[in-house]
Amino acid sequence: AFFWLVSLLLASLIWFVSVHLSDREDAKLQYGLLIFGAAVSVLLQEAFRFAYFKLLKKADEGLATISEDGRSPISLRQMAYVSGLSFGIISGVFSVINVLADSVGPGIVGIHGDSPYYFITSAFLTMALVLLHTFWGVIFFDACEKRRYWCLGLVVASHLLTSGLTFLNPWYEASLVPIFIITLCMGLWAFVTAGGSFRNVLKCLSC
Amino acid sequence: MITFMNNSDSEEEPCNERTSLMSAESPPVPSYQDGLQASEAGEAQAHRKRRTGSSHSPNNIADGDMSDSGVPVRESALENEEEELTLKYGAKHVIMLFVPVTLCMIVVVATIKSVRFYTEKNGQLIYTPFSEDTPSVGQRLLNSVLNTIIMISVIVVMTVFLVLLYKYRCYKFIHGWLILSSLMLLFLFTYIYLGEVLKTYNVAMDYPTLFLVIWNFGAVGMICIHWKGPLQLQQAYLIMISALMALVFIKYLPEWSAWVILGAISIYDLMAVLCPKGPLRMLVETAQERNEPIFPALIYSSAMMWTVGMAKPDTAARGPSQQTWDAGEDGRDNHRSPSHADSQMSETRSPVPTRPITSFEELEEEERGVKLGLGDFIFYSVLVGKAAATASGDWNTTLACFVAILIGLCLTLLLLAVFKKALPALPISITFGLVFYFSTDNLVRPFMDTLASHQLYI
Repeated sequence: AFFWLVSLLLASLIWFVSVHLSDREDAKLQYGLLIFGAAVSVLLQEAFRFAYFKLLKKADEGLATISEDGRSPISLRQMAYVSGLSFGIISGVFSVINVLADSVGPGIVGIHGDSPYYFITSAFLTMALVLLHTFWGVIFFDACEKRRYWCLGLVVASHLLTSGLTFLNPWYEASLVPIFIITLCMGLWAFVTAGGSFRNVLKCLSC
Repeated sequence: MITFMNNSDSEEEPCNERTSLMSAESPPVPSYQDGLQASEAGEAQAHRKRRTGSSHSPNNIADGDMSDSGVPVRESALENEEEELTLKYGAKHVIMLFVPVTLCMIVVVATIKSVRFYTEKNGQLIYTPFSEDTPSVGQRLLNSVLNTIIMISVIVVMTVFLVLLYKYRCYKFIHGWLILSSLMLLFLFTYIYLGEVLKTYNVAMDYPTLFLVIWNFGAVGMICIHWKGPLQLQQAYLIMISALMALVFIKYLPEWSAWVILGAISIYDLMAVLCPKGPLRMLVETAQERNEPIFPALIYSSAMMWTVGMAKPDTAARGPSQQTWDAGEDGRDNHRSPSHADSQMSETRSPVPTRPITSFEELEEEERGVKLGLGDFIFYSVLVGKAAATASGDWNTTLACFVAILIGLCLTLLLLAVFKKALPALPISITFGLVFYFSTDNLVRPFMDTLASHQLYI
């Protein structure tokens, strides 16, 4: 979570500087800068995820050398899951908590012509984002571990794609549906990466 | 308000002794490490260590090391075991400290966000006499710096006074002072807090009920903190009084002064604990030399609590150095002590049923808890509460400060495991918290707001 926050900080620093250096009045430019800021933020998040992976790897090696049986008490998969989950939680919380806080207060959604489904779609999007971060975490760590760089690239690309899809946002069919499809695919991929299989699921359900 | 300001003298005393003293970190952790590391056998607690050393396995190895028969391999194995135990217990203690710090912050933030009273400006403490309603920025900055200087010097004077009293064994005076200040916190501040909460939620309560509730709360609190009581109840009370104190600070410190004070006090903390002549360091060392626990009213202990009653006459044939520990241990319920020893010791050794050995193991457990000063709780909560109060109603800033403080606490505990002596808990956390507060408020907030208004997700 801390790493995600730092990445967010740097990204917003870049955006802030760029906004201040540019023309405030031009709405198109501002929007373009926003897209630029969002893209930079996504890239920074993935960079920090990588940095976190490196840190955890070092810690893992340290733990393994000093433990009694030579293995570390936490497997890399667990760390991947936890790191993905924490990225997801902090990113989800940051995206949605102000919306939640405002939703407690009085008001009518969409009175100025925006969509009246703002709150519910925000809720779904946040849920998708949290799940996505968790899945990305698992896939990312596994890809780094096995040095499959195409997996890494695919993760980063899908993050960029997801973020880009949210730019289509009042057009909810175009953004929500693909994002959920991506979430499902990522979920299946992460499940397979973590060693699950159809048989495991059957075993789990039958016992 | 006049009466309140008059009380502020004694009100500052608890805050001062709490803040000043309690920035010190856990003194027993060095002692437990001493138990494991034979190399520090030269210290004053050597005899105690050897006692403890005889009762469990790592120290048998330590004894071997002590007698200098060590083959280098054996020593490195010993070090690895020590490190492993350090890390294992270190991680557990991090979690054990996260929970109370989080709880305190939650209470403070919840109160700030819901009860209007604590965000209204209704005067200032006499310790921050300069007002911040000045027209120019420079004047405001100057006033806040002057306020900080006055506040810090008051804290320094109080700390030095307390350390002198402790050095010259004026225990009665210190106890009286502590009892008075906790009385005031438990009764007066709770009364005000309860009154404001009831006002906010428009709940009517008659005076007899109020009196009964506050009397019970305060009386049980006094007993729990200063005498004996269940560990969790004591921890809960300490968290509550820290939260109350933090709320008072948030209300009565003007804005810029609060931030400058936070910065200055972490620098002061760093110096007071690490400099050889720093008052807090002297306090911790004196307490360790005399094998006495530091006053329980000022420290949050994550493991067994220590009682104030020291040096009761010892019945069993144990050494004099054991007296303080045994007194504390005798004071608790008999059925509680073995179970505590069991739950916390089961990982490394099986609890021995006979009473004397259990008390040894319990001795270990007392040392094994990490202790965090109440002043640290208070200042963490002040930072998060101020973020919640003044960050234009933004929850992101509050959350960012919260994460920053917890990470700072983690790092501090890591350093504690590495350096094995009392460390100041404030500097790293407060630095992270301040950095994150200002950067989140000014940089991240417009970014996230713009993103959210277009419903964009990153």
